[in-house]
Amino acid sequence: MTTDTLGNSNAGAAMGRSIPRVEARAKVTGRAEYVHNLRLPGMLYGRIHRSTVAHARITGVDVSAAQAMPGVYAVYTAADIRKLIPEPYFGPAFHDQPILAIDKVHYVGEPVALVLAADPHVADAAAQQIVVEYEELPAVFDEVEAMTSKAVVHEVLKPAGTFPDLKHLKDKRDTNVALDFHLRRGDVQQAFADADHVFEHTFRTQQVLHLPLEPFVTVADPAPNQLVIHTASQSPSFVRIEIARLLGWPETRVRVKVPYLGGGFGAKLYIKLEALTAAAALIAGRPVKIALTMEEQFYTLTKHATTLRIKSGVTRDGKITARECEVWWNGGAYADIGPRITQKSGFTAAGPYDIDHVTIDSYSLYTNLTPAGALRGFGIPQLVWAYESHTDMIAKALKMDPLAIRRINILREGRPQATGTLMRDAGIEPVLERLAERMTWEKKYDRGSGTMRRGRGIAIGFKASISPTTSMAIVNISADGSCIVYCSTVDMGQGSDTAMAQFAAEALGIPVERVSVVHPDTDVTPYDMATLGSRSTYHMGHAVKNAAEDARDKLLALAAEVGLSAETTPIPDIFRKKYGMQAGNIIGIGSFIPPYTPPEPGTGLTTDATPFWMIGATGAEVEVDTETGEFKVTRLVNLVDVGRPVNPAIVETQISGATIMQLGFTLSERMEFDAGQVTNASLADYKIPGIRDVPPVMENEAVDMVQKTGPFGAKGVGESGTFGVSPAIASAIDDAVGVRLTSLPLTAEAVYRGLRANAGKPLQD
Amino acid sequence: MAKTSMSATHKDISFTLNGRPVTALAGNHQNLVELLQEQGLFGARESCAQGLCGCCTVIVDGNAVSGCLTMATLVDGADVRTIEDTGADGKLDAVQQAFIETGAFQCGFCTPGFILMTRQLLDEHPTRMKTRSATTWPAICAGVRPILKSSRP
Repeated sequence: MTTDTLGNSNAGAAMGRSIPRVEARAKVTGRAEYVHNLRLPGMLYGRIHRSTVAHARITGVDVSAAQAMPGVYAVYTAADIRKLIPEPYFGPAFHDQPILAIDKVHYVGEPVALVLAADPHVADAAAQQIVVEYEELPAVFDEVEAMTSKAVVHEVLKPAGTFPDLKHLKDKRDTNVALDFHLRRGDVQQAFADADHVFEHTFRTQQVLHLPLEPFVTVADPAPNQLVIHTASQSPSFVRIEIARLLGWPETRVRVKVPYLGGGFGAKLYIKLEALTAAAALIAGRPVKIALTMEEQFYTLTKHATTLRIKSGVTRDGKITARECEVWWNGGAYADIGPRITQKSGFTAAGPYDIDHVTIDSYSLYTNLTPAGALRGFGIPQLVWAYESHTDMIAKALKMDPLAIRRINILREGRPQATGTLMRDAGIEPVLERLAERMTWEKKYDRGSGTMRRGRGIAIGFKASISPTTSMAIVNISADGSCIVYCSTVDMGQGSDTAMAQFAAEALGIPVERVSVVHPDTDVTPYDMATLGSRSTYHMGHAVKNAAEDARDKLLALAAEVGLSAETTPIPDIFRKKYGMQAGNIIGIGSFIPPYTPPEPGTGLTTDATPFWMIGATGAEVEVDTETGEFKVTRLVNLVDVGRPVNPAIVETQISGATIMQLGFTLSERMEFDAGQVTNASLADYKIPGIRDVPPVMENEAVDMVQKTGPFGAKGVGESGTFGVSPAIASAIDDAVGVRLTSLPLTAEAVYRGLRANAGKPLQD
Repeated sequence: MAKTSMSATHKDISFTLNGRPVTALAGNHQNLVELLQEQGLFGARESCAQGLCGCCTVIVDGNAVSGCLTMATLVDGADVRTIEDTGADGKLDAVQQAFIETGAFQCGFCTPGFILMTRQLLDEHPTRMKTRSATTWPAICAGVRPILKSSRP
């Protein structure tokens, strides 16, 4: 029996401790729960027949051969779906994505039909027997061409109606621009005219994808009074609301349950397989499981490829006076959350710099490629790639040191960011200075000799938290003094169960071992916007803290009611005195939504753009072979401001994981397309980093900071490690051999071409 | 006692699963991961289906194999051990303990495979562990550096 009291004996004991993950044992014994494990009685397996062309009218679908295969339960097309759901279009920003293709297909890999069978191998074979006839249409794949292309992906735009800044796009015809965001601060043209120098560069990033090792998987169970959806989703509350909307049902008739996720990275947000699986289960009257293959992930969601043009006016001593940014985001065939990225990340496109005159034009484009969405950084890594490469190109032209030009220009505490929002608790300066210190930047550096040259680079980025968003939590104290946290934050590996247990324990002053966390179940756990954008530590952290404090207040009141001192009486004794035995509960509730001021239309200006800022910087050292262009990243130093780390060991793995992921996007990962068809859709052909690709020296550090508005001083950490990686490595290569690459990924071939060009002997294509 | 028989599509097989004898009707088209799922074991997980990611690692007759590339019928007569073989007595082995202490996993999806492979590498190289050169494991998450750390005896 516990002798825990509600006193302060344990206060401060949970926060900032590197306790092992609460689910550690389940994970090392293979017993952790994933949707992958779930089988229900009578369950059918669904396999998707996908489009083979990028843009076409569907002139016929012949499912007869598939239907005739022994063991096939049913084959569904859009016509079947529409009998259940007349308007089967979903999406978080636009209602543009059909559950199965209707009349047209918009990208290679788009779901056209679904086969159900008790044996997944039968479903697989039958899906290949479906014959679809297409009348091909002109397609557009490039984001800049999409601005003016005659090929139009969607005839009419269909904004979801929930976002005021998308209203002007309703019913707009014959455009691929899903959202245009504009920021206007000061007078950029005048500042360019007054500047000593003006520099302009264009950068590109490539299509890559999340590739969680647990591919997308959903099970839908059409129970008599309720549809139960078990899904590997980062947004259970959104899934419930959106499925209920599609079916015209009250929210409570849909129940969404989420166990652990085998990685998410932004892929498993909003609706992915849930609508199709739910519709199929309801039509069939049987539980249905759809589990995608690794290959199918390439046809589900990607990270935006981008083209970024950036132009700066600079004084002769390196002060940036004006900056003009244009960003084109390749959103693929459906908007997903792309329009949010275009705005919510777009407004930081000028970088963490104090610039009086800024214009930003950010465009979300439809193309005939796999849809793009949020991927660990929500567009920020693309922007940092451009503005940090640009910063170093300016420094080089002015013969300035990369650290020196940043010291002149960075946004310091209290200064206004481009939107006008003041920087608060934003450790740009400490992160930069600590990076310089760890890189021993101002000491002499061995630059190599002969055919092996060394170089180094630094880069720093920042990100706003998507706002305003809501989190709710319940804290339940049992009669023995143990505690259960109910929240809809999804633990996809980032350690949120552990963090939430630490928050509750800290607020109640009880040992963290006495706290358990219930996994998302929309019948049980209250609303949460989603697990995305490094928002959970801050938003759900506040909600859990508020709920724990509410429970604590109620327990104090109960103790007073029964005439006991809460400070000295063990919690079980308070319950026993009240209820005469070990019985009863104390339920605390908490909610959180941060303050927010929407940007002014047209100028994009606002005094309160974000509840907190995330800061991340990377220093890279490389060795380049001047004969072949091959290079090795020999050292990566990653610095972040995460406020006060909740669990330093987990924070460290989040920084390092984010960095390694971005290393793949920097050096090896690229989706290859042929007429819209992905030609390397497998782990054998699409190279993610392996153990041998991790730099021999990698150092991660969270600088000593406190987010004063955060729960116990904390803020998010999941993305910050991605920010600086790509431009730091590109700058290190330039520093080593004088070759500046402006497109990702950075390859030995590109370096070699640069070396030959520098030598006046360019290679022919 | 199950009599071994074969049809055009299925075969009766007997094998030892985590130390206990079992029999199963294995489809010729099924892989070892599916066979284990039918036995109620979900620790070996199919992910890339190409034998590259390691999530489906299973120990067959003492060798770590990719469950996704091993036909179910081929384990007839074999000794098969999975991640569920350990921890059942409530005790974690040194590798599992080291994975927890060093924080060698995040989402945990590949963790059973990594633990089984690490154990085999330590069996083969008990004195000096060179995980980095011995494997091509994916390093998609942060777990990889602690794995390197935890596999150094």
